[in-house]
Amino acid sequence: MNIHEYQGKEILRSYGVNVPNGHVAYTVDEAVEAAKKLDSAVTVVKAQIHAGGRGKAGGVKIAKNEADVRTYAEEILGKTLVTHQTGPEGKEVKRLLIEEGCDIKKEYYVGLVLDRASSRVVLMASEEGGTEIEEVAAATPEKIFKEVIDPLVGLTGFQARRLAFNINIPHEMLGKAVKFMMGLYQAFIEKDCSIAEINPLVTTGDGEVLALDAKLNFDDNGLFRQKDLQAFRDLDEEDEKEIEASKYDLSYVSLDGNIGCMVNGAGLAMSTMDIIKHYGGDPANFLDVGGGATAEKVTEAFKIILSDSNVKGIFVNIFGGIMKCDVIAEGVVEATKQVGLEIPLVVRLEGTNVDLGKKILNESGLNITSAGSMADGAEKIVSMVK
Amino acid sequence: MSVYVDKDTKVIVQGITGGTARFHTKQMLEYGTKIVGGVTPKKGGTEVEGVPVFNTVQEAVEKTGATASVIYVPAPFAADAIMEAADAELDLAICITEHIPVIDMVNVKRYLEGKKTRLIGPNCPGVITPDECKIGIMPGYIHKKGHVGVVSRSGTLTYEAVHQLSEAGYGQSSAVGIGGDPVNGTDFIDVLTAFNEDPETEAVVMIGEIGGTAEEEAAAWVKANMKKPVVGFIGGATAPPGKRMGHAGAIISGGQGTAEAKISVMNECGIQVAETPAVMGETMIRVLEENNLKEKCKTH
Repeated sequence: MNIHEYQGKEILRSYGVNVPNGHVAYTVDEAVEAAKKLDSAVTVVKAQIHAGGRGKAGGVKIAKNEADVRTYAEEILGKTLVTHQTGPEGKEVKRLLIEEGCDIKKEYYVGLVLDRASSRVVLMASEEGGTEIEEVAAATPEKIFKEVIDPLVGLTGFQARRLAFNINIPHEMLGKAVKFMMGLYQAFIEKDCSIAEINPLVTTGDGEVLALDAKLNFDDNGLFRQKDLQAFRDLDEEDEKEIEASKYDLSYVSLDGNIGCMVNGAGLAMSTMDIIKHYGGDPANFLDVGGGATAEKVTEAFKIILSDSNVKGIFVNIFGGIMKCDVIAEGVVEATKQVGLEIPLVVRLEGTNVDLGKKILNESGLNITSAGSMADGAEKIVSMVK
Repeated sequence: MSVYVDKDTKVIVQGITGGTARFHTKQMLEYGTKIVGGVTPKKGGTEVEGVPVFNTVQEAVEKTGATASVIYVPAPFAADAIMEAADAELDLAICITEHIPVIDMVNVKRYLEGKKTRLIGPNCPGVITPDECKIGIMPGYIHKKGHVGVVSRSGTLTYEAVHQLSEAGYGQSSAVGIGGDPVNGTDFIDVLTAFNEDPETEAVVMIGEIGGTAEEEAAAWVKANMKKPVVGFIGGATAPPGKRMGHAGAIISGGQGTAEAKISVMNECGIQVAETPAVMGETMIRVLEENNLKEKCKTH
């Protein structure tokens, strides 16, 4: 799950991580009101969308007075920002962060991620703040420093200090930088983060260490114990069909094509997209119904696929293990009863309870093309939608 | 021979009283797996499918002599269940459970350091040695005894590969699902090492997917160490970057973990990569022929 910058900063503040004062605003008036409350010489008006690259797209403005705040708020609210992370369609700005400006001395990068190779959380830092870390890694990898964290003891003081020295944080701000990193790590662990990126972290003229930006992503698998994070979810930032699918714990990703896919297992679901492409078709979605799905969930999954007006045909590809073929068959039959089916449907069933599944489909009277294998099914559906 | 499990492996089922575990306990027993006990706290003294249930793993191990465990415990409690298996000094803990928070797995991996237990998974289909022992959720009937080892991050793609091999007459020594999570107990290199040393295994199918660099590392290991031919497949060539494709570990981030990069490294390291998932079997048969192993591996 992703959240907005202002929400991330709210969480970080509660962990003692220093962030600038600021308020969220949904309207121009709220923006002006927020600026008055801050009473700062310089105010920053920042678009809040779930994507980076906002500054370059005109989503971040520096205001010298209240009138400026009003002008910029009017300009940015409702604007569609196109950044390298939004895709060409862009994202409409519906919220602003009104924040006090600061006297930036230098920009740094600090980030926590999971390092898959060591199965540990790693704290990374660089003197090249403000640039994307991937770019720094490609151009000047020697400027990125890493500390692998032992979960038993967490981030240690010496590790935080070593990083601070390595990225040349001025010594008079060392204590503040260490406190910052400690708080960031604590937030990462306690909130089940998958990424916590501060880019840039800045040192200021008045000797502060501040998170000027904050990107927190969360491990979906940890959300069951992070009830307070639910309030941070912004449905405007998510795909409608993906929201619907998440209600039923279905793993669904919207794509641009016209062949709807319903598959069990993530690997098979990805490969089903790949093989559709291989035969010249275009998948409309990734959908893994998962292992423990009930007939009701399968029904909902099928309805979500059918709700996509781009879909001109459906390929159901099931290799039952934990998932039983009869459950899939029941779900498909039930869904078509509820919403009808006017497009071609190709079904390939194999695995646990396969005979029972085939029997249910055969007796349903539905117009189903059966496939003997994954390749056969992919070829059939591609030719049927052409 | 085979890897990790055989006809003598005594297995307990953690979380045996849950619906999924009950179903698969029955399936495993029918396959011939020696399920000797189950564990569910507070359900000790009861039975599931004629199998005695205990309150703790320690008690189950003491009473049954089990050396392996399969875990179906729900995600919020699964990390604890894995550590309980390690504490009881089992040789093998196979965790089927999906959706375990990654921070929990980071802690589990730390806990396992210095302990004798090998963890396979989580979020995996389990391990099978055909006609001997099936531990997990895979459909037993598609497997045939033979000489091709299978290792995979994806459950259903494992079934797909096994099915293609069996249909064509090529049995498997063992099939091992290592799971789709970013932090897992056993990785490709562990399983490739085991297959390399296993006299029954003549060749290996290695099935990866987008995300991380485990396939690249495994390919380099194969080039340096593997005495047997390896065939590969990578799922997710058409997956968009930045999107988690079902598995927690299947995500292209910061330009890392693409199928293209993995396939290219695998090819460089002498691994033939199947062009589509439908030809994993065919690709293996072609490679067996090139290595004069076709007759030896044709089992039925």
